[in-house]
Amino acid sequence: MSAFWHWYVAALTLVFIAIMVWLFISTGKAKVSTGQNEAGEETTGHVWDEDLAELNNPMPRWWLWLFYISVIFALAYLVLYPGLGRFDGTLGWSSSEQYEQEMVVANESFETRFQALANEPLETLASNEEAIRVGRNLFAHNCSTCHGSDARGAKGYPNLTDNHWIWGDSTDQIWHSIYLGRQAAMPGFGAALSDQDVTRVATYVQQLAGLDVDQTMAAAGKKQYDMICSACHGPQGLGNPMLGAPNLTAGVYTYGGSLDEIRHTIREGRNGVMPAQKDLLGETRTKLVTAYILSLRPKLDTDEALSRE
Amino acid sequence: MNQSATYNDRVVRQFAVMTVVWGIVGMLVGVWIAAQLIWPSMSMDIPWLSYGRLRPLHTNAVIFAFGGSALFATSYYAVQRTCHARLFADKLAAFTFWGWQTVIVGAAITLPMGLTMGREYAELIWPLAILVALVWVAYAIVFFGTIVQRKVKHIYVANWFFGAFILTVAVLHIVNNLAIPTSLTHSYPIYSGTVDAMVQWWYGHNAVGFFLTAGFLGMMYYFVPKQAGRPVYSYRLSIVHFWSLIAIYMWAGPHHLHYTALPDWVQSLGMVFSLILLAPSWGGMINGIMTLSGAWHKLRTDPILRFMIVALSFYGMSTFEGPMMSIKTVNALSHYTDWTIGHVHSGALGWVAMISIGSLYTLFPRILGLKEMYSTRLIEWHFWTSTIGTVLYIVAMWIAGVMQGLMWRTFNDDGTLTYTFIEVLKLTEPYYLLRLLGGMIFLSGMFIMAYNLYRTWQTAPSKLQAVPVIQPAHA
Repeated sequence: MSAFWHWYVAALTLVFIAIMVWLFISTGKAKVSTGQNEAGEETTGHVWDEDLAELNNPMPRWWLWLFYISVIFALAYLVLYPGLGRFDGTLGWSSSEQYEQEMVVANESFETRFQALANEPLETLASNEEAIRVGRNLFAHNCSTCHGSDARGAKGYPNLTDNHWIWGDSTDQIWHSIYLGRQAAMPGFGAALSDQDVTRVATYVQQLAGLDVDQTMAAAGKKQYDMICSACHGPQGLGNPMLGAPNLTAGVYTYGGSLDEIRHTIREGRNGVMPAQKDLLGETRTKLVTAYILSLRPKLDTDEALSRE
Repeated sequence: MNQSATYNDRVVRQFAVMTVVWGIVGMLVGVWIAAQLIWPSMSMDIPWLSYGRLRPLHTNAVIFAFGGSALFATSYYAVQRTCHARLFADKLAAFTFWGWQTVIVGAAITLPMGLTMGREYAELIWPLAILVALVWVAYAIVFFGTIVQRKVKHIYVANWFFGAFILTVAVLHIVNNLAIPTSLTHSYPIYSGTVDAMVQWWYGHNAVGFFLTAGFLGMMYYFVPKQAGRPVYSYRLSIVHFWSLIAIYMWAGPHHLHYTALPDWVQSLGMVFSLILLAPSWGGMINGIMTLSGAWHKLRTDPILRFMIVALSFYGMSTFEGPMMSIKTVNALSHYTDWTIGHVHSGALGWVAMISIGSLYTLFPRILGLKEMYSTRLIEWHFWTSTIGTVLYIVAMWIAGVMQGLMWRTFNDDGTLTYTFIEVLKLTEPYYLLRLLGGMIFLSGMFIMAYNLYRTWQTAPSKLQAVPVIQPAHA
């Protein structure tokens, strides 16, 4: 705010209040020319529309005090708090500072409150009831917008309750996906492949997932697949978690498994982003969310996974 | 008889009848959307029946169609009587009637179609907004033209309020609607960001202050002394509360934007001036209620006076509640909850509608050449339905609003919110039902009024005689 506007706002406010106070005081003292009506009451002497008149009663004293007290409160408030242009108020209060201070206090109390949990390894945290409860709350507030309140995902956002993990299913890999984020890079091949070739490859991709498809189309698609796609998705289509290339044999699709949807994916590419929670949630919260996600994995599969390890 | 020696009551009658019609329409839409909040499937997937489109239709219909027609009718009636002069420019007065009705019908067509400026209480698309401005300028010419032709030196207090309302609404409407059209139905405001929000609420709050307060205080200052047969309580109180009310209202808009991107200093000014506004607002209530003192016995037999005293009480209550809600710490709880909706309706139903209804019951017999309405008993019924309906409505919204505010701000020890939106909504449902009931009871009173008016009209002389202008008294 420039010096001009500062003085403009401050002066306008104070002069305005002064004028209002003057209005109350001067009118209270003003002499009104008076008359009397038939009932002997003191009126202003004017009559409109046969019977409309005004009495010359004083303003109620309590009402005047109500006004003066509100003015005193206002002036005190404008001394203590920002209001008169650039003047910050003697308390030095500001809404953004109040917010920042409250956040510092909240974060400190959070860290103290959950320090014990934060120090536990994720493997045991995933079966700690308190961690799961808190993790679920955090998930509902921060993750459910994309992954759904039941964590079953939506088109473009993976289901977190099944056992298919594009970027790997180990605890470390899942932690990495959430804490540091992921950036998928499936290039679009619309320029490299003709429309017909795109359809052929898409048909083959469906065959990989065990669908009964047109054999000649699929065979033609396999040739292109081996040349272009197998580099990431593997010759058998089993995918590569290191690259975030999904397993194409599982029949689980982030962007849909219909022929049209697969063709779209091949033609235009897919660049899904999982934002890193490191700076958004911080380490402790991310850890609790991860514990909750890990707790969602089907029980039987967890045992299998453990026995595999 | 020389035509200029009679009052123009034709335009008064037109507006007065349309007040009842638009009151029923606007409140019916209100009842409908109140029900939709409980049973959302009532919209039957028809876009123009959806809540988002009908809500602005409801607010426009009750504020500008019902409230506006009531203000036109009563101000045209009162200004002629208190100036002892015929309304200035008959044809312009007729234009204000037909123009205003065109605006309302235009609103009723465009809003359900989803055509909107997207500014709260100023939704009408730019061609309609221009028509509003034209009608308003014509209104000002008719009103102030009549004032100029007055046969008495002093301007009666009701006319100060009507005059301030007409002038200020013109300024508010024009400034808030400045926009650049991109098509016949669409435009962009010339403001952006926080400035846009501030202009919108400068308009929004002063629409409350000048349309819904100053205008209806003008109505009060004519019809309360008239119906009570008593002089206005205090001339000096009128002067002080008039000037302070219209001056201080201008500063209060920022309290609609507490804890937003609006700079802290603006929020503070909005808050302190809202508090200073309490006494000036109450000045009108005191003057109205004290005018009735000395006529208390009439309350027993006259339901019209009861409408007026209850309206003044609700006015006092909601102008106390408003400053309290503008205190930042209270606002932190009340903002965005149904408490605000309750506050608005204690003003809209309790004050605006009830003072209008009371005034119309005084007005109708006088413009129909009769002594009184067809049935005082039906007015009595209307009084009780209005009072009970309003009380049910605002009590339901108080409880719902405080509950919502408290639940929304409850945190878990992990910093997350304890209650989801849907949990709070489920607990609000019974209060939505109670609100719907209150609204339906209030609406039923409007049907009683329409019936009473119809029967009154039937007893009116078939050829209405123009009323001669009364010679001013020389006291």
